[in-house]
Amino acid sequence: MIHLTVNGVQHALDIDPSTPLLYALRNDLQLHGAKFGCGLGQCGACTVIVDGEAVFSCLIPVASLGNKPVRTIESLGTPERPGPLQKAFIDHQAAQCGYCIAGMIMRAQALLERNPHPTERESLEHMEPNLCRCGTHTRILAAIREVAHLPKADASHDKPQLAASHGGAQ
Amino acid sequence: MSRSDEHTDQRIGPCLDHHVDEPVDESRRRFMLGSALLVSFSMFPGVSALAQEVIADEGAAVHIGKATQALAGSLKTNPYLDSWIRIDRAGKVTVYTGKVELGTGVRTALLQIAAEELAMAPRLITFLTADTGASPDEGLTAGSHTIADSGSALLNASAQVRALLVEAAAKRFGIQSNLLSTRDSVIKAPDGRSMTYGEAVGLVDLHRMATPVSPLKDPATFGVIGTSLPRVDIPRKVTGGVSYVQDMLMPGMVHARVVMPPVYDARLVRTNTAEILKMPGVIKVVQNGSMLAVVAKGEWQAVQAQRALAAGSEWSAGRALPDPATVHRDLRKLCTEHIEIANTHKVSGAAVKTLSATYTKRYMMHGSIGPSCAVGLFKDGAMTVWTHSQGVYPLRDGLAEMLSMPKDTIRCIHVEGSGCYGHNGADDVAAHAALIAREMEGKPVRVQWMREQEHTWDHYTPAMVTEVKASLDAGGNIVDWNYALWSSSHNERIVNAGRLIPAQLLDKPFAPAPSVPMVQPEGGGDRNGIPLYALPNMQVMNNFSPTMPLHTSAMRSLGAHMNVFSIEAFMDELAAAAGADPVAFRLKHMQDPRAREVIQRAAEKFGWPRAPRKRNHGVGFGFARYKNLMAYVAVAVEVSVVPETGQVILEHAGAAVDAGQIVNPDGIRNQIEGGVIQSASWTLYEALQFDTSRIRSFDWSSYPILRFSAAPRSINVHLIDRPGAPFLGAAEASMGPTAGALGNALFDATGQRVRDMPLAGDGLRRRIEA
Repeated sequence: MIHLTVNGVQHALDIDPSTPLLYALRNDLQLHGAKFGCGLGQCGACTVIVDGEAVFSCLIPVASLGNKPVRTIESLGTPERPGPLQKAFIDHQAAQCGYCIAGMIMRAQALLERNPHPTERESLEHMEPNLCRCGTHTRILAAIREVAHLPKADASHDKPQLAASHGGAQ
Repeated sequence: MSRSDEHTDQRIGPCLDHHVDEPVDESRRRFMLGSALLVSFSMFPGVSALAQEVIADEGAAVHIGKATQALAGSLKTNPYLDSWIRIDRAGKVTVYTGKVELGTGVRTALLQIAAEELAMAPRLITFLTADTGASPDEGLTAGSHTIADSGSALLNASAQVRALLVEAAAKRFGIQSNLLSTRDSVIKAPDGRSMTYGEAVGLVDLHRMATPVSPLKDPATFGVIGTSLPRVDIPRKVTGGVSYVQDMLMPGMVHARVVMPPVYDARLVRTNTAEILKMPGVIKVVQNGSMLAVVAKGEWQAVQAQRALAAGSEWSAGRALPDPATVHRDLRKLCTEHIEIANTHKVSGAAVKTLSATYTKRYMMHGSIGPSCAVGLFKDGAMTVWTHSQGVYPLRDGLAEMLSMPKDTIRCIHVEGSGCYGHNGADDVAAHAALIAREMEGKPVRVQWMREQEHTWDHYTPAMVTEVKASLDAGGNIVDWNYALWSSSHNERIVNAGRLIPAQLLDKPFAPAPSVPMVQPEGGGDRNGIPLYALPNMQVMNNFSPTMPLHTSAMRSLGAHMNVFSIEAFMDELAAAAGADPVAFRLKHMQDPRAREVIQRAAEKFGWPRAPRKRNHGVGFGFARYKNLMAYVAVAVEVSVVPETGQVILEHAGAAVDAGQIVNPDGIRNQIEGGVIQSASWTLYEALQFDTSRIRSFDWSSYPILRFSAAPRSINVHLIDRPGAPFLGAAEASMGPTAGALGNALFDATGQRVRDMPLAGDGLRRRIEA
């Protein structure tokens, strides 16, 4: 029996211990926010928060979680009462197809819980692992800036050169 | 009357009725064609009573009877008002579109259009998208056609339905209909009497043909159209609600995964089915020829079984792929159809300077973040498939042929998927779902492709070559323009079962319909191949390859990305040769007033030419009217270059857009912004990796796309509204102009004319260092 604590609720699941957390969330707990994108930890569509850190749920076997609390986007709010990041994403209409968005929000949430006032550079670096194919990047960043109380893009200083940034490369 | 298009012979064949007695006025023709390509011909030359119109977009050509040719948008193909709008006696209003939400926000925009002309708040309308069991058949949701075709249909159908209801109420009240007002589905008379739409619908039959003229509202009174109504789908998507076909859970649902051949044309020799059947949760291995799948109770069990099945399967060698180093050279030999799409001659000045250039583009992929997925259910002799296909009706027809089932026993229901940007694996995985579900009577089967399958079995956008040669006179005017492009097919949409990859793998395989070039004015590889600029002498050749070394099909803007890149890059080369500013040079050669306004607005808002620039920074400009008949887009960009690495970043972009009457301003902005970023990723960074053995882009590390660190700091979109003008599709319109602007900005930053995409990276570094 696998014991999982998800969004503050304890679950006992009779599943293969090697099952990645993503499949347990989506199929056994019917939490659909986290998405399957690559199964390789390369795109971030499956991002959830485990023990305060943004992680790729497609890679983590449920057996490795122990008592660590898992949080998914469903814990942040509802369409009627969205959480601050969810509301900012709605206000900025920061989605096109939206398939990557739950992962984006959970990655940003992990940063803002650890550091409510990140710099522009910190938030960019933090978001780097997650992919969006629709090109919603500027709106996603605008939504995060709003919750992080960062100045708007046009008012910000020159974008820092990131060590990892080689346009498009890993 | 009949209109003819001299460039359509290869599609229409001997039936084309050549009415060439009146000269073709390009601007008039474009105006008349409006949003869709309409080619009129009669089955027998000279017999105009049988005249038909043909809508030839992606997918199969659609024939339109004479009775409906004058109707707006998709009313031509679905003329009955109650196929769009149904009102029950309780007053519930349901509006249908045959288009689908691909992540572009059209569901919200189409709802706005219906709400406006029905005089109702959008929230009071139940709005349903494509479903072969319920919706009108509007073919594919593609080519930035949705607002033009379905939006125009809904605008007119809604206005006509409202008028019919008001007339019915007026008759009952015994007063003039123009004395009545409507608001939120209640019709009111000045004396206080009122009637709901639900009551009025009992007095009038909505099962009637639409009429060519509609009692449309004055655009100045619009209260819903033209506002940025928040998208109806976003709250659910940001809170984890069920939003996608990937999220569907049904009672008794089982999970399937497929094993695809390692290379094209490989056949399955043997598998380890017996071992797989012993694995936990495995219910069945489905094999039909080389179509191989495994069904399990749990999704993770299906994934594990798929891995084991893939590892234990042996395949024949398949066919070799072309050498990527010679793809562009080979393409010229493979192009066996040579189609002249423009040949104009006018008096011009004498040429004093001639320039030429060759541009290349590599294969690229759609790169959906979520692999394609479908749910199939075969029960009581009927097949239902929930799918994120762009065309549920074409898919239904393809499945019927593949399964040898009557069309009316198959229902394809659209459910959103991950963004597709064109013809990705959506239809193929739906075919998988149907084939597997047929073996699992009564059980819903959910099947999703794995990441490497979405990458290696994509219908890539084709590699292309373009060549352009043009001359200037002493006054810096372009006097001649010769352009040619080489490409394989941008349109392998589902027109028969054989276009579905799984159908090609069956024991009795289906063959794909032959590849045919798409016709002007929309075009395929030649989309936007004809410049909108006023050029006195112009020849444009579309060289088409009916054979495809790699699977290819439609990707956002088709050939327009490459053609506009080439045209706009070359316009800058000509401007430089003429000693002219690139924007001034464009305006000098542009007569279309809406195009001029878009170019001027983008330049002005960007602060063109924004000199002087920081070191290793450059600015560039690009323009196109998508397909020469959709939205006008001008884009100015600033890029930064790291000479030591060839890294290029799009720092800022400014765009001006004229999409006719704007339905949802923020929706258009979102699409233009997304297009600018996606085009930057294609143009600067992307190329499919393969060698003669196989596709080598298996994942995101072998097919990198733009990430946050390369996202522009700002994109400013300036909209020019045209109240009352036809809706013009915008979702694909920024791809080409962005590509052109990026190439030109790179020259401004580095002095290098980079003509081979992707523009950034090691190749650029070597050129800078040379």
